Amino acid sequence: MAINLLRDTGTPLEQQRFTWRDLVQAPYSKLRDDAFTRVRVILMNGIESEALRFSHACARMNGPWQAALAQVRRVEQHQQTMVNWLNPADQDPLETTIGFEQVAIEVTASVAEKEPDPYLAQVFRFGLLEDFDHLYRYSALMDRLMGKDASTLVQSYSDIVPGRPTVVEHRHPLDDLRKPYDRRRAAPLTKLHALTIMAGEHQTHDYYMTIGPLFADPVARQLYAEIASIEEQHVTQYESIIDPGETWLEKWLLHEAGEVYNYWSCVESEENPRIRAVWERFLDYELGHVRVVARLFEETEGRDAAEILPERLPEPIRYASHRDFVREVLRRELTLSAVGAEFVDREQESEATRTYRDHMNSEGSPSETVAAGYTWRPGTELTDPATRVRSLPPEAERRAA
Amino acid sequence: MNQSPQQGSNRTGITAAGGLAEAMIAATRQFPPSSPGSALAIADVRIAYAREGESFGEAPPPSALLLDKLGERLAFERTGARLYEALLSKHRAYGAFPGGPRADDVLHILHEEYEHADMLERTIKDLGGDPTTVTPSANLAASVAAGLPQVLTDPRTNLLQSLEAIVVAELADNECWTALAQLARQAGQEALTEGCLEAIGHERDHLRKVRLWIAAGQGRTAEGGEGAADEFTFAENSPVDREGYVVSEEERAEAREAGGGSQAGKSGKGRSKRRGG
Repeated sequence: MAINLLRDTGTPLEQQRFTWRDLVQAPYSKLRDDAFTRVRVILMNGIESEALRFSHACARMNGPWQAALAQVRRVEQHQQTMVNWLNPADQDPLETTIGFEQVAIEVTASVAEKEPDPYLAQVFRFGLLEDFDHLYRYSALMDRLMGKDASTLVQSYSDIVPGRPTVVEHRHPLDDLRKPYDRRRAAPLTKLHALTIMAGEHQTHDYYMTIGPLFADPVARQLYAEIASIEEQHVTQYESIIDPGETWLEKWLLHEAGEVYNYWSCVESEENPRIRAVWERFLDYELGHVRVVARLFEETEGRDAAEILPERLPEPIRYASHRDFVREVLRRELTLSAVGAEFVDREQESEATRTYRDHMNSEGSPSETVAAGYTWRPGTELTDPATRVRSLPPEAERRAA
Repeated sequence: MNQSPQQGSNRTGITAAGGLAEAMIAATRQFPPSSPGSALAIADVRIAYAREGESFGEAPPPSALLLDKLGERLAFERTGARLYEALLSKHRAYGAFPGGPRADDVLHILHEEYEHADMLERTIKDLGGDPTTVTPSANLAASVAAGLPQVLTDPRTNLLQSLEAIVVAELADNECWTALAQLARQAGQEALTEGCLEAIGHERDHLRKVRLWIAAGQGRTAEGGEGAADEFTFAENSPVDREGYVVSEEERAEAREAGGGSQAGKSGKGRSKRRGG
């Protein structure tokens, strides 16, 4: 389906309506649907969440546009609701967490592969290896807390092995800031990538901050606290790659274009016809939003929206396994860290990062504890008798032996 | 450490709120409901959604029902193993109590849970199934049991409180192994039926022990005695009688003719010696 960002009218804003019954549709099936349906639902919830977050910040700083922002924002609120409510209730918070990390791996890998700016591609690969490790840590938690296998959720598209160990991902805040793209020279795809990954990571952070305290197990609570902290680092990283010189309306227009790009990517890949109908409907809604904001942008700034938006959308996000790409990045970049905006080997880290990390880990590392000696096996590590013996207290282990 | 609740402050009841509750009750007289009806209104919405016919998902072929239920037991046994591992931690943290489990008792049950999982995994493979599949019944059972790890892994629950969660798991195990044995027999899977009956014996033993430990922890051994812990709740047509003896199809048919219902084999005639526990 070809989209023209500058001409397609989509659904006019005044025709974008919902009922409560409409908002709450039957969810996807955890057992039947492809893992990438869950990945798309989780990402698009994050995209809509960012739409609301940006809209509120913009309204607080720009009185004249509050009316337009409020009208578009109400629709985004209900779009987010319909999308997020597609998650099924039999998918528990830890299972949904596995879905969040698969988003962070496979969508970031797709973005990193296609990103035209080499520095930003490096930024995406850097974050990718950290989220890749989170999947492994949470999978260990799921196995050891509940006796459940995370591969039933990732459906073998993503490997469950260590990445850059979470224990060394903790850095001083100043070592999480990167260099922004230049709004006048950056490719439209670069801007769409940055917004997409920032939105996904921000929602991941907010999700972990909400569900972390729902767990009774102290290691689970600690692990969510630790990984939520990394997600905060990632939000810091990804928002710093966006040119702060963009005007508010420029940013708003890019947000709406980013939503079009993401819904279109979903339409292009979704196999479930009922869920695809949601993506198609919201693609039309977002094209309607682009028209509203483009008009406001052109009237207010006296610039053509074509200065900001491409006529044709770039290639869609590839919702597929990036196993080979991820393994190659693991092989080449596992020991990378950052000093300021530059990537360096871990041996060259700043004193500030070392001091910060050493203190945070000084009373133990949840991510190391939860995955101590953990090797993923089909059907959980309990399928291996030797591993079972090692899981028992020392005196019991002696008796079992 | 003490296993009983301590006396102390609790603000949840209305008597703890003093006169504030009376003000709340008075408010309900002053401000009536904004819409007529009852909780039945919720039922209408539930029914409307249910009639859309969406399911959790499907069981894979072949022999869908048997594999569905085998998958359920396998998932439950794996979760059960993690529950007993957590119970071992409680034992180490809170220590034993008189009449309660020893670490060896917990370990013994844990090993039987491992064995059951191994047997189920082998059986699923033998039947051409995939033991890593989450079947619809496994998924349902996970939702049913979702609160159990929460109790066992909460550092604030002691050994006795943890056993209250364990007994729920054991009751479900007893019920579901019984159903699985019947399905296996109906499918002509003799070896599996035997395996299920052996597991039922273990599960009866687990339930009996857990009930006794809880009773001891609550100091109520006098009235109920050991017999109280032997009382089981059975599914219709359970292949095991009230004392935990396995009952054959013939014995059950015989008992039905004699008007004995599902509690066949009470006379002891022709009983299998597979005593549960």
